[in-house]
Amino acid sequence: MTTTERTAASHFLPSEEPLGLVSPDGKRVEQPGLPMPADEVLLRLHSGMVAGRRFDTQATALTKQGRLAVYPSARGQEACEIGAVLALRPQDWLFPTYRDSMAIVARGVDPIEVLTLLRGDWHCGYDPYRANVAPQCTPLATNTLHAVGFAHAARVKGEDTVSLVLLGDGATSEGDTHEALNFAAVWKAPVVFLVQNNGYAISVPLAKQTAAPSLAYKGVGYGMPSVLVDGNDAAAVHAATEQAVARAAAGEGPTLIEAITYRIESHTNADDATRYRERAEVEEWLERDPIARLKQYLTDRGLLTEQAQQEIDVRAEADAASLRERMNIDTVLDPAELFQHVYAEPTAALRTQAAELAAELEER
Amino acid sequence: MTATLDTKVSLAGALNRALADALSEDERVLVFGEDVGTLGGVFRVTDGLTDRFGEARVFDTPLAEAGIVGTAIGMAMNGLRPVVEMQFDAFAYPAFEQITSHLAKLRNRTKGHVELPVVIRVPYGGGIGGVEHHCDSSEVYYTHTAGLRVVTPATPADAYTLLREAIDCPDPVVFLEPKRRYWEKGTIDPTLRSPGLDRSVVRLEGSDVTLISYGGALGTTLEAAEAAADEGYQAEVVDLRSLAPFDLDTVAASVRRTGRAVVVHEASRFCGYGAEIAAQLSETCFHYLEAPVLRVGGFDIPYPAPNLERHHLPDVDRILDAIDRLQWDDSAPLADGEA
Repeated sequence: MTTTERTAASHFLPSEEPLGLVSPDGKRVEQPGLPMPADEVLLRLHSGMVAGRRFDTQATALTKQGRLAVYPSARGQEACEIGAVLALRPQDWLFPTYRDSMAIVARGVDPIEVLTLLRGDWHCGYDPYRANVAPQCTPLATNTLHAVGFAHAARVKGEDTVSLVLLGDGATSEGDTHEALNFAAVWKAPVVFLVQNNGYAISVPLAKQTAAPSLAYKGVGYGMPSVLVDGNDAAAVHAATEQAVARAAAGEGPTLIEAITYRIESHTNADDATRYRERAEVEEWLERDPIARLKQYLTDRGLLTEQAQQEIDVRAEADAASLRERMNIDTVLDPAELFQHVYAEPTAALRTQAAELAAELEER
Repeated sequence: MTATLDTKVSLAGALNRALADALSEDERVLVFGEDVGTLGGVFRVTDGLTDRFGEARVFDTPLAEAGIVGTAIGMAMNGLRPVVEMQFDAFAYPAFEQITSHLAKLRNRTKGHVELPVVIRVPYGGGIGGVEHHCDSSEVYYTHTAGLRVVTPATPADAYTLLREAIDCPDPVVFLEPKRRYWEKGTIDPTLRSPGLDRSVVRLEGSDVTLISYGGALGTTLEAAEAAADEGYQAEVVDLRSLAPFDLDTVAASVRRTGRAVVVHEASRFCGYGAEIAAQLSETCFHYLEAPVLRVGGFDIPYPAPNLERHHLPDVDRILDAIDRLQWDDSAPLADGEA
């Protein structure tokens, strides 16, 4: 190995400890090379996280009322969901997973359209081209490759678009992740990979997922800068993502960010996390709450008044009430639509089958 | 364009010409895969395209099939029209999840908002003396997946036309290339379009029996039809071209005329494409049939080693045997002396 290559390898290495800008007790942390977002951004991160959590708890409540078939909660991961999405520019694209409903809402998609999937009405309820959000990916890691292809196409077309792909710790074991990291690095595609390491792939803890020093190291082998960040620190996630987006947009290629966070709830409402983890562990992470720490920091600095906080809470509550109300209206599904979107034009066989179903429905 | 009418080209050459014409007519078209750039593909189907159109549009990728198809999906979402190559049938399996779970389903998933005009070229089938994993007939893995179109040309003319139409198609197309026919020559007319990407054609007219085939087995089927004529059976030969959707109209019309049908393909018979055709013909042509629909295909075994493959692949004799078994004796006598 030549000296140049050795220098290059170290350039890709993540830090030993996760980068942070605000400590769990709300104190400013100096982090060379990672600039603190502007006050105005911090305030948006805060209100976004409050709204995100309220959306999340509302969605969880809707599963209990039978209005949602299933909901994978992102509670505790608000700093990742909101921090990353707010670092995107309007023209950028988000490639989310099933756990990232909160991020999609933060991107501007109507929550009722986001929940179409989990309500069981259709596999995706929004037009991806309206808010530049790909459909939520249910198989793990397959969206990483779509993000790379999308970003590469943007470069081919001479467009300034960056793909942000969200994935979890479990997804880093899937082959597609590795192929995506490799393709992105070789093509210098404008992609940001954000691994939300929330500690568990359903029930399987990180220790059974990898023997790597950290998941961020997985970028190093493919030749891309890799960043390890405190995933409960919205300021740090936002700053790291914004830097990675800027690098990508400047033609410097992809970045892998590992954000260390924690899934406070079970995998979904259908899961029982007490079967595989101790309550004490959850309690410990509740102490590192992403919202409480940024709130503390903003309050201490006089940026967030009690009145402003109240307004944020009222708005989040109103959004939740509106969602609840709209989710309580039964949707009318048209079975004929089952055949309409399989191909650009339904085939002869599908037209026949659509007629069969229509006849069946008429008889009933 | 008339100059091209008499041009004799190989099936591989016709594909090359189709790719070149699509690349020059539509700047959204990209061609990529393993060894398709500098080398021109292991079967030379992409020969010279990088030189002519540049690295940005015709390029080699890392060796990862899911990566090739997955990134093609992303590119198509962003307005391009990727044409990707899987080097061999069995080497496409790592891409299976991307093909079946996303390429086939994103349009439906998004109620038509996401259109994926992607073509996946797959050299398939045996007969080239290839080692294991180089000779699979993998068509039904794809035809069983709603949302995909699956086509397979059997002649140079169709290779050109079907590939152009596949690239223009708004739906994803799995384009199966019968690799044992790559070097067979024929004329192409780049100005011609086929009756449709989803249509089958009658290659040979006949009144006694319909032989239904496609891809690599079509040539063998036509030879068998010729031999059958010597034995007194006028066979009609239908070249399916499109496996999904299945052109029942064309096939059923032929079978209703002839009253007998034999499906010929290289793939194993169990749950093979012929099983679907036999089922559909029995559902739609039962009263026209003088005999059960028979299938001639490979055995239900893993594709054999090169020195044994001739025992597996359907040949003329096996097709003639099937024709003989179509219960001719139970119907009107065919010739003097038969009762």
